[in-house]
Amino acid sequence: MSVDQSVIGKELPPVTMTVDAGRLRFFAKAIGETNPVFTDLETAMAAGHRDLPVPPTFLFGIELEHADPFAWLADIGVDLPRVLHGEQSFTYHSTAVAGDVLTATPRIGNVYSKKGGALDFIEKASTVTRENGDLVAELKTVIVVRNPAGASEATGMQEPAK
Amino acid sequence: MTAMQDIAIGTELAPLQIRPISRTTLALFAGASGDHNPMHIDIDVAKSAGLDDVFAQGMLSMGYLGRLLTDWVDPQAIRSYRVRFAAITPVHGKPTATATICAIDDVDGERRATLNLTVTLDDGTVTLTGDAVVAA
Repeated sequence: MSVDQSVIGKELPPVTMTVDAGRLRFFAKAIGETNPVFTDLETAMAAGHRDLPVPPTFLFGIELEHADPFAWLADIGVDLPRVLHGEQSFTYHSTAVAGDVLTATPRIGNVYSKKGGALDFIEKASTVTRENGDLVAELKTVIVVRNPAGASEATGMQEPAK
Repeated sequence: MTAMQDIAIGTELAPLQIRPISRTTLALFAGASGDHNPMHIDIDVAKSAGLDDVFAQGMLSMGYLGRLLTDWVDPQAIRSYRVRFAAITPVHGKPTATATICAIDDVDGERRATLNLTVTLDDGTVTLTGDAVVAA
């Protein structure tokens, strides 16, 4: 176990993002999304949206708008190249659309170790709200840290570690 | 496309087959998603960490699975969506996203379907497993 459990409950800096229609079209292109509800305003409005809706996983990117989005990992002694994304969940309360000003407020949750300390797990829970305080979504991320001693080089989670 | 009135436990959505993931896709997704972690776009950094090559962002595959969901329902019908990343996806990996309805429940007067989700590479490696709950 190389991650100190004293970080449990630590609040991380909130990050605010204005959802931009151009960014949503870029995101759609990057994931190969061709459903026009995500790129064409008329289609989106006909489907009952105020503007272009965000795809289900887009909200994960809000915290990445931070000037140094991985600094919190460095601050708790974790090197980025040893990190894998273990789990991700979204619970949706209202659909965000282009023009929304969203704030993600993250907090470190549980921290624990597996496989004799070869792998550390860091949970992070975030809420996403609009300017008016409405809850948009709750996100939970589990980050896996491959520790040098026990980690088998390339594939991390798939390799049996001691 | 599976019509809403036709859903039943065991119904499988039409699988979404993705072309082999190129380095261009990794670069575009890094920019569009905001995840600039160099492990996905810079082979020098990947090698310095002991890997042979860069590998795809897990959230890219979660994005593909999300497409499968929103090909079926409007995004505002999705109540929750979660995955576990079971294996890394190498460059040129060819993912297929699948979803099968495993439960239909009434929650607060709303009919909701729970789907089991999987992403599998063409060599059989399961890279993602998860589930989603949608208003149906």
